[in-house]
Amino acid sequence: MLNISGISEGFVLDHIKAGMSMSIYKDLKLDRLDCQVAIIKNARSNKMGKKDMIKVECPIDMLDLDILGFIDHNITVNVIKGDRIVEKKKLHLPKQVVNVIRCKNPRCITSIEQELDQIFILTDKEKEIYRCKYCEEQQKKKHRMVR
Amino acid sequence: MRHLMSPLDLSVEELYGLLSLANDIEHNPGKYAHACEGKKLATCFYEPSTRTRLSFESAMLNLGGSVLGFSSADSSSAAKGESVSDTIRVISCYADICAIRHPKEGAALVASLKSSIPVINAGDGGHQHPTQTLTDLLTIYSLKGGFSNLTIGLCGDLKFGRTVHSLIHALIRYPNVRFVLISPEELRIPDYIREDVLQKNEIPFTELERLEDAMPELDILYMTRVQKERFFNEEDYVRMKDFYILTKDKLSMAREDMLILHPLPRVNEISVEVDDDPRAVYFKQAQYGVYVRMALILTLLKWRDGLC
Repeated sequence: MLNISGISEGFVLDHIKAGMSMSIYKDLKLDRLDCQVAIIKNARSNKMGKKDMIKVECPIDMLDLDILGFIDHNITVNVIKGDRIVEKKKLHLPKQVVNVIRCKNPRCITSIEQELDQIFILTDKEKEIYRCKYCEEQQKKKHRMVR
Repeated sequence: MRHLMSPLDLSVEELYGLLSLANDIEHNPGKYAHACEGKKLATCFYEPSTRTRLSFESAMLNLGGSVLGFSSADSSSAAKGESVSDTIRVISCYADICAIRHPKEGAALVASLKSSIPVINAGDGGHQHPTQTLTDLLTIYSLKGGFSNLTIGLCGDLKFGRTVHSLIHALIRYPNVRFVLISPEELRIPDYIREDVLQKNEIPFTELERLEDAMPELDILYMTRVQKERFFNEEDYVRMKDFYILTKDKLSMAREDMLILHPLPRVNEISVEVDDDPRAVYFKQAQYGVYVRMALILTLLKWRDGLC
């Protein structure tokens, strides 16, 4: 059994789909933080079979919940203070995401004007469909930006 | 300040006001001959266009205004690598209103976000072409008296045909509208129009491959050209381009009061023998295109000046 010590202040992202933790680490720009980060891959889970977890020792306001909600709104965000879980934050699909996914439509203006922000707008909450603000092409979440 | 990126930027009431103004312009052109005196329209056309650019220019000249602009990317600063955002900021200093056509989808929206003058999307790739839709709507409105209770056949390239997509978006706002979508398998309407627009709004529609099967039930037949510039592959274009040709024979199956619309240019899809049929209104439609653009220029300038 692998032991990772608890954190006294920060947050724990739980119930991450197994294999997704590294891309979430990049999307949340955790590599840019000067604090302890623990990534746990393939942890045993009664609910999911296998899951990933990320523990970060930093204030919760450093976390972009919009991006996290876009990636997977089923992830549990536990806020830790004084060695205890003080809050479980609920994630929502954000109404728009900026520079998280890239438009793959070769006919889109963003394909030639690189300085434009890549803006995607939630157009169907039920089907979780996001469309490019400029060309309205639907994009899949796999087309993440390379940060 | 308002721009026009999509026909849906106008509410049903605003659209009614615009079409009524266009009707008044048609019947009383003298009343509007000096309405835009001293105003300038910039036509920024990054890709070739004959009727759209000229109809914008004709519209502004009819209103007593003047026009400036360019008609291809090669003759603009885009050839030097200038972005759309920078170009529109400069154009804003030279003109009162701008019509922009660009091969890339969303280019007009980018321009509108940086512009200090009203921007009209005169076509952005395969995405939107709202003034063509306004032209189509004015033609139907003037010749059919409204939009309700119509069966509209859309024929040809329904996959890349932006005029078709825009027209569907605009017409679903009216009661008892029904669509017959006539296209080869490869050029069927995109899923997002079928699912997110038609099915989601419970609009009745059928999809057919043969034009003849649809003809007897149509109030409007909207023909489209298979556009070479929308294909990456020449072979696919050659295979598709002559799939539908409307002839006198096929037209004999249609109702006496059916209207044939076409955004033009026509290539082979409507035989010239059909042109003299009273149901063929595509050249009249081009004239309506000028009236509706006149109404649009007037309306956007009025909104900019807070005179709405």
